[in-house]
Amino acid sequence: MDETDLRLDGNALAGPLGEIFAWEMTTAVGTCAGCGAVGELARLVVYERGPGAVARCPACGAVVLRVVRTEGRVWLDARGARSLELRTDR
Amino acid sequence: MAGAAVLGRLAWRLGEVVELVPETPRVATIVLAVPDWPGHRAGQHVDVRLTAADGYQAQRSYSIASAPEDDRVALTVERLEDGEVSPFLTDELRPGDRFELRGPIGGYFVWEPGDGPLALVAGGSGIVPLMAMLRHRETAGSLEAATLLYSARSLEEVVYREELERLVGSDGGPEVVYTLTRSRPPGWTGYGRRIDRGLLAEVLADADPAGTAFVCGPTRFVEVAAEALVSLGREPARVKTERFGPTGG
Repeated sequence: MDETDLRLDGNALAGPLGEIFAWEMTTAVGTCAGCGAVGELARLVVYERGPGAVARCPACGAVVLRVVRTEGRVWLDARGARSLELRTDR
Repeated sequence: MAGAAVLGRLAWRLGEVVELVPETPRVATIVLAVPDWPGHRAGQHVDVRLTAADGYQAQRSYSIASAPEDDRVALTVERLEDGEVSPFLTDELRPGDRFELRGPIGGYFVWEPGDGPLALVAGGSGIVPLMAMLRHRETAGSLEAATLLYSARSLEEVVYREELERLVGSDGGPEVVYTLTRSRPPGWTGYGRRIDRGLLAEVLADADPAGTAFVCGPTRFVEVAAEALVSLGREPARVKTERFGPTGG
């Protein structure tokens, strides 16, 4: 198994992000702080290892989000997302 | 209850096994009664958590196979020989057993009647969320066109085969095309190779490119299929993917 097989997508973050946010976040539209690409978080390229997940921009490969879950704790680093936009009317 | 999209706390619930359905030699469906289940949309998944006597926990995600109209929650699980969770789910569970799950989860890889024609591309157990869409389409009486291209290793490994055949034969039923990548029954006249651009072009030649394509399966499969669909002229935003990855579980 090489790196390709370990590659998931932002759908895999729906559970962990659901622990933090009241809204369904994988349909939120993020802007990559690295290249400015815009897209739903579900389209990010995700690598999961143990308790941590790293989500990269599908356009430039920059890290957009990092999520780590440990017992009783969730940690989110979103510095790679310039903005997140959410539809609240549906 | 606040607005529909507000999830509230994503809570763990205990689901009770009401039925176990063997689908193929390696795949089984677990039908659950989940108290206070809030309902789901076709394509969503759940997280399953098993806790050992010593407190060790293992968590995996599984797609929901049942239609939203079904008040029981069906999960279809493929047994991975070296998996930590799936062999228990497929081989050891009995009706009356209970385990923890939370959901429904996800909102991107979802189809609702009215969203337009469906082009579904499944690799192996990637059929599961797509089956929820086909079941929903049928139960809701949707007339939107649907084509399923399903890649399986052999005919015996096609999950939901009888139900798919019934759907195909029904009024307004979907078009279903198989490609069998490892072994084919004698006299098989269908496709027998891995999915590639040419195969997708042929199968989806009559499908409305303005519809949404949903691709689900192992990572490589999904990436090959999604790239081909875009190169065939579909808008990237209308090619939705869900990678099962190595599943590991």
